[in-house]
Amino acid sequence: MSASLQRGINVLKEMIDAPVASFFSSCVHCGLCAEACLFYTETGDPKYTPIHKLEPLRRVYSQEYTLLGRVGKMLGLSKALTDDELETWSELVYDSCTMCGRCSLVCPVGNDIVYMVRKLREGMAVSGHAPKDLRATTRRTIEIGSPMGVKWPAVQHVIQRQETETGLKIPVDQQGAEIMVLLSSMEVINYPEYLGALAKIFHKTGTRWTLSSKAIEATNAGIQIGASDLAREIVARIVTAAEGLGVKKVLSPECGHAYMALRWEGPNLMGRPFKFEVVHVLELLDEWRRAGKLKVKDKFKTPVTLHDPCQIVRRGGVLEAPELLLEQVVSEYRPMTDPNKWNWCCGGGGGTSAIHEPDAEQLRFKAFQVKKRQIEETGVDTVVTFCANCRIVIEEAFDHYGMNTKLLGLTELLAQHLED
Amino acid sequence: MNAMQFLAWVRGPGLDISVGILLLGVIWRLLEIYTLGRKPDLAPARRRAGASGWHTLYRRSLPAPGGLSRSPISYVGGYTFHIGLAIVVFLFAPHILLASSLVGLSWPGLPSPVIDGVTVITLAAMLVMLFDRINKPVKRYLSTFEDYFTWALTFLPVLTGYLAVKHLLLPYATMLAVHILCVELLLIALPFTKLFHAITVFGSRWYNGQINGRRGVPV
Repeated sequence: MSASLQRGINVLKEMIDAPVASFFSSCVHCGLCAEACLFYTETGDPKYTPIHKLEPLRRVYSQEYTLLGRVGKMLGLSKALTDDELETWSELVYDSCTMCGRCSLVCPVGNDIVYMVRKLREGMAVSGHAPKDLRATTRRTIEIGSPMGVKWPAVQHVIQRQETETGLKIPVDQQGAEIMVLLSSMEVINYPEYLGALAKIFHKTGTRWTLSSKAIEATNAGIQIGASDLAREIVARIVTAAEGLGVKKVLSPECGHAYMALRWEGPNLMGRPFKFEVVHVLELLDEWRRAGKLKVKDKFKTPVTLHDPCQIVRRGGVLEAPELLLEQVVSEYRPMTDPNKWNWCCGGGGGTSAIHEPDAEQLRFKAFQVKKRQIEETGVDTVVTFCANCRIVIEEAFDHYGMNTKLLGLTELLAQHLED
Repeated sequence: MNAMQFLAWVRGPGLDISVGILLLGVIWRLLEIYTLGRKPDLAPARRRAGASGWHTLYRRSLPAPGGLSRSPISYVGGYTFHIGLAIVVFLFAPHILLASSLVGLSWPGLPSPVIDGVTVITLAAMLVMLFDRINKPVKRYLSTFEDYFTWALTFLPVLTGYLAVKHLLLPYATMLAVHILCVELLLIALPFTKLFHAITVFGSRWYNGQINGRRGVPV
């Protein structure tokens, strides 16, 4: 057995806790989780059944933590995991799982399958079986500070342009500001208008806010690949910067995994609660909407539908704010079938969109068919969402399928229609 | 060993052994699973009505939205045979008499013709479930020896019980002994196979509801 495989198995052993043991002991192989997974529904291939993706973790659980499994292992009746098996499973654990968590919603015995996928990825990463593109993304985040290799001068450039466009000052490293704003690299590169939108909204509400030159990146490739030590390092940059500036809140951007990483995994990675509150941008906007601080001058006339990013809604618990905010700013909102916590993933979450192997990309486009159907059923040609990663994945899929559909970010849409 | 000796054995030592293994096995497995513990969640919780372990414990007894039309056999068959099993096990008068003689508890049962009907429906539902397991690609793909073995261990007590009551196939005493033996095999296997979901299902649903409930998501 290779040293890396042994380390991987050791990590999996550490990952197994009472919930995992209970979940595996409860599975009756009913296969209902398959119907909840877009990689199964769009391909019909049973290997994409969510519980099957966990087979390596189940084997380790059975062999190490059950009486019969240990006896079987001693008698040589069960086989130990091999590198070849894990390499085969890489496709099932990464390419065809976006950690969207829809399967965890349907299991009749109550298994939280995505909770276990997150843990299995830790073993996969340590044993060297994470996809190479995702490894490169993680390395860039650790070494450069951003999964897409964005450095501070690029951010400064965006700041300057947005200051010019909005005529507003974008504060950096302001000690004692109330809110520290994070961005995702995708926003810096593809959707810089998000920053301008925030500047307008903060100006309108009279909020003291700041960016930090030491921690701009909100996304966390460590979470996606499943490397808690790296994930901790990435979160620690934000925590150090925010606590150094003494801010009350850190604003997680329109990015799904960023919110998951900071809001829900962050304190657990750091081993302590933060001295600030982690707030998703839509939570804050909704709070202001309720307080009457977010009045719109007019409404967006084109009918729209809403794509709910998994990590913010189903997995993150920001359930009501998106629809309430959208209804405030559009004349006609047509919900998709399976809205809100039941929504289907864009197909590119959980780091999957960073994998550029041709097979993985083709699979992603295939999985997108469910989203395509959802959008087409609404009969609208404008989709609003609030995750930069979803936006990129969906735009690529629109191109792939030649769809003439527009995609808008919710925060920007709100900013455009705010009262002057 | 003649039929009466066989019956005496399954009612005496056989029952003691199987119930003993069941009880020790259940305790062992519960300790094996739940003493693993878990780390506390340090992220500040978000509260929302309906999002808790207890809610999910109940909620997962109902089909997921749209689930019934997507997987009708799994849901209808599953409900039918689970409810059917519960009825024939707990509401058949001779079973209540047995419970009364063992632990002194008694409760009203259902008339025999009703139990007969429920038994036939339960057997039919289990056969349909078996057919579905073989026929449906996902289920066939997931299935291992254990899935078919535990199916047989669940099916046989119901079948042999019915045959005994109806005096079919074998003399009554022999069939009754076979029935009790089949039940004993089921009891022995329960802690060590997927049949243990009968107990862990509560813990699993609760954990899922609690883990996601902290994030304010009713799952």
